[in-house]
Amino acid sequence: MIPAYATPLERVWYYAFRVLCGLVLVFLMLPILVIAPLSFNADSFLLYPMSGFSLRWYEEFLTSAAWRQSFMNSLIVSPIATLLAMALGTPAAVGLARIDFPGKALLTAILISPMVVPVVIVGVATYLVFAPIGLSGSYIGLILVHAALGVPFVVTTVTATLQGFDFNLVRAASSLGANPLTTFFKVTLPIVAPGVISGGLFAFGTSFDEVVVTLFLAGPEQSTLPRQMFAGIRENISPTIAAVATIMTVLSTLMLITLEGLRRRGERMRGEGK
Amino acid sequence: MSKLSATMPAALASENTVSLKRQLGRAERMKKLKYGALIAPLAIFLLLTFVWPISALLKRSVDNPEVIGALPATSALLSDWNGENAPDALVFAAFAREMGEIKGTPVLAGAAKRLNMEQPGFRSLMMKTARAMPPAEGVSPRDALIEADERWADPATWRFLARNATPYTGRYLLASVDRTYDEQGQIVRAGDDQAIYVDVLKRTFGMSAIVTAFCLLLGFPLAYLMATQPPKIANTLMIFVLLPFWTSVLVRVAAWIVLLQTQGLVNQALMALGVTDHPLQLVFNSTGVYIAMVHILLPFMILPMYSVMKGISPTYMRAALSLGCPPFKSFWKIYFPQALPGVSAGALLVFILCMGYYITPALLGSPKEQMASYFVAFYTNQTINWGMAAALSAILFVATLILYMVYTRLTGQQDAASKAR
Repeated sequence: MIPAYATPLERVWYYAFRVLCGLVLVFLMLPILVIAPLSFNADSFLLYPMSGFSLRWYEEFLTSAAWRQSFMNSLIVSPIATLLAMALGTPAAVGLARIDFPGKALLTAILISPMVVPVVIVGVATYLVFAPIGLSGSYIGLILVHAALGVPFVVTTVTATLQGFDFNLVRAASSLGANPLTTFFKVTLPIVAPGVISGGLFAFGTSFDEVVVTLFLAGPEQSTLPRQMFAGIRENISPTIAAVATIMTVLSTLMLITLEGLRRRGERMRGEGK
Repeated sequence: MSKLSATMPAALASENTVSLKRQLGRAERMKKLKYGALIAPLAIFLLLTFVWPISALLKRSVDNPEVIGALPATSALLSDWNGENAPDALVFAAFAREMGEIKGTPVLAGAAKRLNMEQPGFRSLMMKTARAMPPAEGVSPRDALIEADERWADPATWRFLARNATPYTGRYLLASVDRTYDEQGQIVRAGDDQAIYVDVLKRTFGMSAIVTAFCLLLGFPLAYLMATQPPKIANTLMIFVLLPFWTSVLVRVAAWIVLLQTQGLVNQALMALGVTDHPLQLVFNSTGVYIAMVHILLPFMILPMYSVMKGISPTYMRAALSLGCPPFKSFWKIYFPQALPGVSAGALLVFILCMGYYITPALLGSPKEQMASYFVAFYTNQTINWGMAAALSAILFVATLILYMVYTRLTGQQDAASKAR
């Protein structure tokens, strides 16, 4: 609220500032709001005004062999890569939270580095060493690198969750006779689960949107949805791409809602906020 | 513990302490082993899928296998040669024999291509010489080589060969900063047709700086607004930031093409407002690249700034204002310094991410907007010049690493400061 004693200049600034922020919000949302309606356009131009309503571009997406194949590939590669990242990242984060050793800072930096190193370098480097051992143009090679790109997200989110974790609970479980495995699954995991899941969602989002490494490492049979989109945008941008874009946006919105729910649950469990 | 040992006989006490110490030590080691075993699988996994490939690529930037691989014996002999007088007959004999052996193989083609990179014309010299090898019966290798091409009589030719027959070379790294070796092996500026990489690197850093500046300009007000609103409004605004953040980069690139095309909504709006009477070219040039890059990276700027600004108490500003400091001055002197850690963290993050961008310029830009990443991809896919691809990667990698270290130091201090508070 503007105080009553504000000078005219301050009043102008107050409104100008809010208009500026409004414009930034429009800038952020505009592309997402614009492309979705065009995927229902009746004719084949990505232009407004639209000529009519039609589902033909969704039909084309579902019936075209190339699009369907790439969608299936994404559904193979991303979930497996995510599970691998979660399976490797969660225990590592637990371990890192519990012990100190020389070189721990360096190791942590290496575990986080896939998030920072330019993806082109990762793509070229993995192609260089994977091609001679038959891992380029294979699902396995692609899954391994996608998992590596997702691991930092799992490690950082689980580490963040563990900061509020009371390790006396583990001691209590052990002293009551639970073996380490039971303790992990019955005590540790349920508490860090929101961190593991949000890390997994980040990893899935990364893999599901990954195109550069896939360009270098995947053969034509492993082409994923983003790679197919990349090729489509480069050749000729059609309403089918708008349809795929809309489907992907719906997916990412669902992921965002899940994450937000997890965050709120975490806050409630820690007794913060309401 | 100390009380206990004081009442015990000395010998017994020390015995007990030792065994207790040992037990504690063992328990500590067991714990380290147990938790170390949890970290080990990930460490090994990343070593194989990440550290090893990148090390191999970086090593590739100084590798020089072509000539030494094609002519191992000649290379060994040349490395002992003083480089002044003509090389002795042994060198000629080894060279003639090895050229005869690799005649017509891809090994020769590879070595010839590599030498031609340094000195145009050397490919044909190598091919021509190989065709004349091995020497005919009774002809000395030296005569046969000079017969094939008289340049083999010139020690300068051999010096050139010797210089390129080393296992490692700084050539690619020098080339990526527009430097090269001259005939005497001194480092000099590369010729104008080769000296393109400094421009590429300047462009990479320049574009990243511009994108960072725009993100700061657009992101700061929004982060400030979010930090000063009640939680309910702030959370709603946050959704507007997070939704684009979660949307696929390719979706956003496609959307910007649709928006910015000649008959797109932006051009329609500009013409309706009378800003222009003909459609502007807004995409497939630098405008399109900047708009999309700023859009993609803006959330990375807003989120760190917001998290710092949220922790700034409004009482300082109120105090400054009530003491009579003008609003803009109190903002600049009181608020901004407190927000600075978030601003620098966001700016560095955007800059680091921007430097490595490949798909956005590739899809939305013209050749003039391509950054270092594009050339790494180009040398890998199109010309298969691993040395150049690796050297440009190395420069990009080191730049990223340095900036990232600055970033962790900044955010680390921030963590320490928030803990102290």
